[in-house]
Amino acid sequence: MTGESKEIELLTNDSGTLSMPYEWSIGKYGSLFFKYLREKRRFLGIRCPRCGKVMVPPRRICGPCFQDLGEKDIVELSDTGTIMAFSVVNYPFIDPATGLKRPIPYTYGYINIDGSDNIFSHVINGTDETKIKVGMKVRAVFREKMEGNIQDIKYFEIIR
Amino acid sequence: MERIAIVGVGQTKYEARKRGEIFYDMVYEVTDKAMKDAGFTLGDIDNVITVSNDFWDGRTISCMAVQEVAGAHDKNVSTVEGDGSFGAFYGAMRVLGGFGTTLVVAHSKGSEGDSKVITNAMFDPIYHRPLGLDAISSSALQANVYMERSGVTEEEFAHVSVKNHANAKNNPYAQLPMELTVDDVMRSKRIADPLRLLDCSPVSDGAAAIIIANEERAGKALKPPIWIKGVAHCSDAYFLGDRDLGDPRSLRDASQRAYAMAGVSDPLHEIDIVELYDAFSYMEPLWLEGMGFCDAGQGGKMVERGITTVDGELPVNPSGGVLSAHPVLVAGLARIIEVTLQLRSEASARQIDGAKTGLAHGINGPCGQSHCVWILGKE
Repeated sequence: MTGESKEIELLTNDSGTLSMPYEWSIGKYGSLFFKYLREKRRFLGIRCPRCGKVMVPPRRICGPCFQDLGEKDIVELSDTGTIMAFSVVNYPFIDPATGLKRPIPYTYGYINIDGSDNIFSHVINGTDETKIKVGMKVRAVFREKMEGNIQDIKYFEIIR
Repeated sequence: MERIAIVGVGQTKYEARKRGEIFYDMVYEVTDKAMKDAGFTLGDIDNVITVSNDFWDGRTISCMAVQEVAGAHDKNVSTVEGDGSFGAFYGAMRVLGGFGTTLVVAHSKGSEGDSKVITNAMFDPIYHRPLGLDAISSSALQANVYMERSGVTEEEFAHVSVKNHANAKNNPYAQLPMELTVDDVMRSKRIADPLRLLDCSPVSDGAAAIIIANEERAGKALKPPIWIKGVAHCSDAYFLGDRDLGDPRSLRDASQRAYAMAGVSDPLHEIDIVELYDAFSYMEPLWLEGMGFCDAGQGGKMVERGITTVDGELPVNPSGGVLSAHPVLVAGLARIIEVTLQLRSEASARQIDGAKTGLAHGINGPCGQSHCVWILGKE
């Protein structure tokens, strides 16, 4: 080196596209949920015996009550619900699980499954925000070959 | 509560891409600035809290890679993975727990990863990640719930963006100073309904540090201490669907606890300046409602009536806020620093005259799952 350099060329290092794979356990309640979805095409929820609220998907405890929930608390729900909010998304999403790009636009739905007290997030098959309204009824549409995961629900379609 | 204070602060300029500075450089810059600001040397720092996130840094145990530049060599150093306001909360607890001083430093470089992939990864991998939910789309849902609930409008959201980007022109640390009109915001690209490009904060690189001290050590600092009058945080449910996205319950709880601690009974009249976490324009009115500055559903009106401008009754984000620079994790700490500068009358062109009591706010988790509220005072 001969004294201070005038301008340093700033380099970067690219990580490449290596992924960090995981095998997440779905657990007992989630497994029951997806198995029921696959076999009966109906949602399962779980009712807290303390506050009486039904939550979907079913889980081990009711958070606000810190109440342990068991298989006896699982309840069958329908495949329909009500749109509580939605958003038409205009930027691409690459599914980390498949590497596939979802065509844009697509619409998120914040859906209250009939018979439940919380909200289920999924996709709605409509992208014209002037035709979608909060309060509309929707029904889950399933893919042909069910694999036991959230993608078994293709989307929710508006029924009225 | 024992009297504890903020005695030193330091920020980098927030930029879209810092090519010349690595995490190590940024953390050193702000640690050194905070120590000089306090008139402290390394021996005056009793313990250190670093704030970082492994996904944003692209390395596990990201906290360990910056400990020496945080002044933590041979010291008790602990870490918070979350917004810097929560790191500062931990720092305050450590001072209350017996350390004379704590240095809290946060860093992040949004430019080096993919913010959509990283924020998608904050969601549950079984039920939500495969849907593609990320920071923007989940916030769009929240904005929709809020509009549906309260009748607040997209134009009112646009006013926030216009105000905060204009405020950023007075802040040399801000990334996006802009002269905008409501029309400019309304005509900007639709990202995720109802959010447009100019309703969204940018991706940013930067770091920030503060030093918290007990009363005795605060007396040895170079500048007048800015006292922590009240601080609290509260968390809501993780799953978005288990929450009422239009009702920031956890913010209301944290605010009320912080007010009670600080002896604030009428926040609108007792607080002179607010720096809050406006990652998206709609968050400013929603958070103002949660903080109790107005009734539920009135946040949009508060913004539209000019109450939150620098000349208004309650200036909100005179720094330009998070809309004008969004280094994730750092942004909440930057809010605390901005309020500190205001109360010291050191905020130069963005100074709100006579500010004596200020509120700083940070969020953590999707759509403001948890909130941390700070009441700072000159006396």
